[in-house]
Amino acid sequence: MASNLLVNIAWTHVTTRVRQTLVGMAGVAMGVGFTIMMAGLMEGSQIDFLHQLVDAMPHVTIQSDRRTAAPQAADREYGAVQMSGVANVNNRPGIKYPESVMASVRSWLPGDVAPSVKTTAIIDHGGRIGVTLVGIDPKQEIKVSKLASQMREGQINDLLRASNAVIIGQALAEKLAVKTGNAVTLIGGQGTQVSSSVAGIFRSGLKRVDEGQVYALIGTAQVMMGQSGVINELRLRLNDPLDAETIAKQVEGQTGYKSVSWQEANSDLLSSFAVRDFIVLTVMGAMLLTSSFATYNIISTITNEKRQDIAIMKSLGMRETAVRRIFIMEAAIIGVVGIIFGWAIGYALCYSWSQITIYNTLTGTNVPISIYYTPTHYLVAGGISLLCCTGAAFFPARKATRVHPVEIIRGAS
Amino acid sequence: MSEIALQAVGLVRRIEGAVSHTLVNGIDLAVNKGEFVAITGPSGSGKSSLLYLLGLLDAPSDGEVIICGQPTSKLSEDDRANVRLTKCGFVFQFHFLLPEFTSLDNVLLPMRAAGLMSEKDMQERGLELLASLGLKDHANKRPNQLSGGQRQRVAIARALSNRPEIIVADEPTGALDTSSTEQVFGILREIADQGRTVVVVTHDPALAARADRRLHIVDGKIAQTFEGKGSAPEAAVAAATDH
Repeated sequence: MASNLLVNIAWTHVTTRVRQTLVGMAGVAMGVGFTIMMAGLMEGSQIDFLHQLVDAMPHVTIQSDRRTAAPQAADREYGAVQMSGVANVNNRPGIKYPESVMASVRSWLPGDVAPSVKTTAIIDHGGRIGVTLVGIDPKQEIKVSKLASQMREGQINDLLRASNAVIIGQALAEKLAVKTGNAVTLIGGQGTQVSSSVAGIFRSGLKRVDEGQVYALIGTAQVMMGQSGVINELRLRLNDPLDAETIAKQVEGQTGYKSVSWQEANSDLLSSFAVRDFIVLTVMGAMLLTSSFATYNIISTITNEKRQDIAIMKSLGMRETAVRRIFIMEAAIIGVVGIIFGWAIGYALCYSWSQITIYNTLTGTNVPISIYYTPTHYLVAGGISLLCCTGAAFFPARKATRVHPVEIIRGAS
Repeated sequence: MSEIALQAVGLVRRIEGAVSHTLVNGIDLAVNKGEFVAITGPSGSGKSSLLYLLGLLDAPSDGEVIICGQPTSKLSEDDRANVRLTKCGFVFQFHFLLPEFTSLDNVLLPMRAAGLMSEKDMQERGLELLASLGLKDHANKRPNQLSGGQRQRVAIARALSNRPEIIVADEPTGALDTSSTEQVFGILREIADQGRTVVVVTHDPALAARADRRLHIVDGKIAQTFEGKGSAPEAAVAAATDH
C-alpha cells in the first residue's frame, strides 16, 4: 500500500479539523514543554549540588582503618584453635609509611594525592563548638582541593605565617563571631589546648563543611591528636570525579587501606537522589501520558466520524492494517507538531526560570536557578510523547477498522 | 465458448443468532466476461447479499465464489482485499466518495492503493476517466460541489480506475433523478459493451431490461432467469418494481 496515500489521507483528516487538531497539539506541546522544564530544573539543581559536593571534598579518601579488622597475632599463629578472652593488639593509628603509599599511588593515578590528618577538636571563642580539624600541607592541598579558590578572607598559605593558625568556614565564623586575625583556642580530644589564630575564612557552599570543618597545618592537627608524625588520611583528586568509585577500589586493592569515593561517602544522599529521580520520572511520565489523552479523544472522534469512509476504503480493497495506519499517522502528525511546539515551550520555560535568582542563606548571595540544558531531555520527552500519542491512537483505530464494510454500507443505504 | 469472469457455486449466506436467517440459499451462477447481469427481486430477497458475496465484500457461510478462475473461499482477508482492489470495482446506491478529497483524488484512490502505476500515469488515467464520463471540468471539485448524478459518475470512474474485470453495482440509480439515471444506465451498458463484466442489483425495470441477463431472486434463491436484452416480461418488471 503506497504510504504517500496514507499520509495524504491522514494529513487531510487532521487539516480539515483545525480546532480539534490544535487542541490535541496544544495538549502534547504543554506536556512536552513542562516535562522539559521539570527535567532541566531537577537535573540542574542536582548537578549544581553535586558540583558543590565534589568541589568541597576529596574525590577519594584513603583512610587509616580497614574494612575488616586486621587478623590478630593469636589468630595467625593458632588459626584452628578457638580462643576467648584474648585482647586485640592495638596498632599505632595512621597510615604506615604514608610517603611510600603516596608515591606508589601517584605513579598511576590520573590526578594527585595529598596527606592530611583528620581529628576532632573543640574551637573556643567565648562559645565552644565541636569541629572536624583537618591538618593539611597547603602546598600539596592546592593540588587536591578547591580550598584555595573557596577562600573568602585570607589565603591558604597564610596557615604557614602564624603558629597554629586555622582556616575556618564562614558559617562557623559567624556562629563564633570571629574574624580573620582573631585568637581562638583549640582543645583536643585528650585535653590538649593550643592557642591559635584565624588565618582565613572559606566558603564551600556545603553547610556541614562550612559549619563544622577547620583547617590547620598537619603538625597542629598531630599535636591535637596527641600523635606526632601520624598521617591518617590521604586525599585524592581525580581528573574525572566520576572515576572515583573505580579508582577507590583499585587503591584499596593496592594498599589494603579503606578507600572511600565521594559517591560512597555520600551514598545516603545519592540514594535519596535516586528516589527523587524516580518520583520526577513518574510525574513526567504521567504528564506526557495525560497529554496523550487529548490525542486519544481526537482520534476516537475522527474514527467515529469516519466509519463510513473506513468501510469504503476497505470495500475498495485497502487492507485493515493500512486503514489503521492512517489514524496512527494522524496521531503522529498531531504528536510531532505538538512536540516541536513543546520543545519551544520547554526551552522558553527553562530560559525564564534561569533568569530568576534566589537568595542563598549560606553563601549570602543571590544565585540564579540552575537549569541543565541537554538534547537528551528534548529527545526523551519527544520520544515518549510520540509513543503515547500513537499508542493512544492505536486502540480507537483498531476498533474502528475492524468494522465490517457491509454493515456500514447497508446502514447507509 | 465464453470465458467465465465470475462464478458462484452453492453459495450460502446465513446469519447465525438467536434466530438464524438464510440470506442467500444455495445459488449457482456463472457470469461471462463482458456480460451485463441484472439482479432483481423484492426487498429482503437477498439480492444485495448475493452481490456483496460476489464482490468479496462478504464471506459466504458455504459455497465458493470464483473470480477470473481464482477460488476465493480459502483466501485470507488481506488477499480478498487485494482481489477487490485489482479485479472488482464497486458502485453503491450512495456515491460514498471521501468528502475531503476532490473528484480526481477520489478516482485516484484505488490506483494509489494498488501502487501499480507512476503518479503521472495515474493522474493521466484519472483525468481521462473523468473526461470520458463528462466530468472533465469537475476534477478539482469536492463531492459537496457536485450534483447527485455527477457524484455517482465520479464513483463509477473510481470503480473503473484499476481496470477491474468485474463491476458490481448495488442500486446505482436508487438515489438519482430520471436524467441522471439514464446517464448512469448508459455508462454501465457501455462498460459491459467494452468487455467488462457488470453485475447490477436494481429495482429499476428499465435498467434491468438493458441487461443481457436478468436474475430474479426470491428468498435467497434464483427464482427466474431471463436471457436477452429488452425482453423483460411483465412478471419480471412487476417483481422488479415490487419494493
